[in-house]
Amino acid sequence: MSAVGIAVLVIICVLVGALLLSAGMIWFERRLLGAFQERYGPNRAGWFGVLQVVADMLKIFTKENWIPPFAEKAVFVIAPSIIMITTLASFAVIPIAPAILVTDIDVGLLFFLAMSSFAVYSVALAGWASNSKYSLLGSIRAVGQMVSYEVFMGLSLMGVVLQAGSFSLKDIVAAQKGLWFVVPQFVGFVVFFIAGLAETRRIPFDLPEAESELVAGYHTEYSGFKFAMFYVGEYIGITLISMMIVTLFFGGWRGPGLPPIIWFLLKTLAFIAFFILVRAALPRPRYDQLLSFGWKLMLPLALVNLAVTGAVVLAVGR
Amino acid sequence: MWSILRTLWVTFRHVFNKRVTVLYPEKKRQLPARWRGRIVLTRDPDGEERCVACHLCSSVCPVACIALQAGIDEKGRRRPDFFRINFSRCIYCGLCEEACPTFAIQLTPDYEMAEYQRPNLVYEKEDLLISGTGKYPGYNFYRVSGMEISGKGKGEAENERPPVDVRSLMP
Repeated sequence: MSAVGIAVLVIICVLVGALLLSAGMIWFERRLLGAFQERYGPNRAGWFGVLQVVADMLKIFTKENWIPPFAEKAVFVIAPSIIMITTLASFAVIPIAPAILVTDIDVGLLFFLAMSSFAVYSVALAGWASNSKYSLLGSIRAVGQMVSYEVFMGLSLMGVVLQAGSFSLKDIVAAQKGLWFVVPQFVGFVVFFIAGLAETRRIPFDLPEAESELVAGYHTEYSGFKFAMFYVGEYIGITLISMMIVTLFFGGWRGPGLPPIIWFLLKTLAFIAFFILVRAALPRPRYDQLLSFGWKLMLPLALVNLAVTGAVVLAVGR
Repeated sequence: MWSILRTLWVTFRHVFNKRVTVLYPEKKRQLPARWRGRIVLTRDPDGEERCVACHLCSSVCPVACIALQAGIDEKGRRRPDFFRINFSRCIYCGLCEEACPTFAIQLTPDYEMAEYQRPNLVYEKEDLLISGTGKYPGYNFYRVSGMEISGKGKGEAENERPPVDVRSLMP
C-alpha cells in the first residue's frame, strides 16, 4: 500500500475512532453516573444498554431541525459546526500509537491549544446568534471562563515542553521513556486537568450551560442535529482532553506487556471515568469564585511551576 | 482542597454499593397488603352481585370517575344497570371502597393497567365484576340488613329489630 493510502487509512481510523469513543461516552457516562448514584443507568437496549447510543442518536436526528425566527440564521447554523471541526482537528496531532499518528507537526502542542481556543468562538457565536437572554448570558460566561482558563492551560504545559525540549507531541512521548512527566510536573498536571475541565465546560465548570440557572445556556435555542453537534462536541472535547493528559503526562502509549494502542485507550478511558467522577461529586461554583480561582490561584501556580521547572532545567539540564 | 478529594473518594465508593433500583418487569416488588390498585366489583357468597347501586361511591369520588345507573331487577332488588369506571381519571384514593355499604367495590393490589388507547381505560361492569367475594369472604349484605318478602316487612320476623328510622334524630 502506498504512503498516501496508509495516511488516508490512519485519518479515517482516527476520525471514526474518536467519534465512536465520544458517542460511546454518552452511554458510558450515564452508566457510570448511575453507578455513583447506586442505580443502573441505561441497561435495556442491547448488551448492558450499549445500543442506547444508537437509540439516542436516532431520536436526536429525527427531531425537528428548528431555527428560531429571531435568530441570526447564518451564524446560528455555522456555530455548532465550529466546535466539531476544531475539536476533531486536534486529534490529528495526538500520537495514539507509534505508527498511528495523522501528522507529526513541529508545533503539535500549539496546534492543539489554538484549536481549543477556537472552540470559544463556537460557544460565543451560538449564544449571540440565538438572540435570547439565557443564550447570551451563557455565552458571556463561556467567553469569560474560557479566555481566563486558556491562559494558564497553555502555561501549565510549558513545563512539559521545557523538559521534553519540543512542541511535537511525538517527541514529548519519546521523552517520557524513563519517567512519566506526571511525577516532575505534578503541579502542571493538576493545573492542566482543571483547565481541561473548564475548557470542556464540564461540571463543576459548567457555568455556560448551568441547567439550574440558564436553562441550557448557549445552546438553549438549538435542536435536532445542531444540538447533537454541541452535545457530542462536549464528549469529543472530553476525549480530547483525556488523550492530551495521557500523552503529555502519562507516557502516551507507553506501558508494559499490552500493545501500545491498548495502553493508550486504557489510560484515556481511565481519565474519561475520572472526568465523570468529578461530575458526579462536585457542585458548581459561583461565577466570581470561578474567575478568582482561575486568576488568583491557578495562574500564579502555573507561573511558579514554569519558573521552577525552568530554573531546574537550566541548572541540571534535562 | 481536602474536602474536594474526600468528596471524590466518597462518591467513588458508591460504585461498590448495592444498587437500589428494582429492575421492574423482571423483578417485582412485594406490595403492601392494603395496596390500592385496580378497582373490582365483588359478588356475595351466593354468587350475586353485591352492588346495590346506592351511588355513594360515585358521589364520594373526588375525580368523578365512577358512573352508574340504578335499576330494579326481576326480584325487586336494586342493581346497577351499568357501572363504569374511567381509570384514566381514577387516583386510587380508595374513598369508594370506604363509602361502600355492601363491600361491593374493592381495590386490589394490581397496578399493571397500561394501555395504548385511552378509551381502553374505561372499564364497564363486565370488566369490573369478579367471580369471588374479595376481602370479605362470608359477608352478604341482605343477610345482615334483612329484606322484604311477601307478607313480611323489613325487621318484622322473629329475632329481628325494626330498621332504624334514618329521618329521625333520636338514637
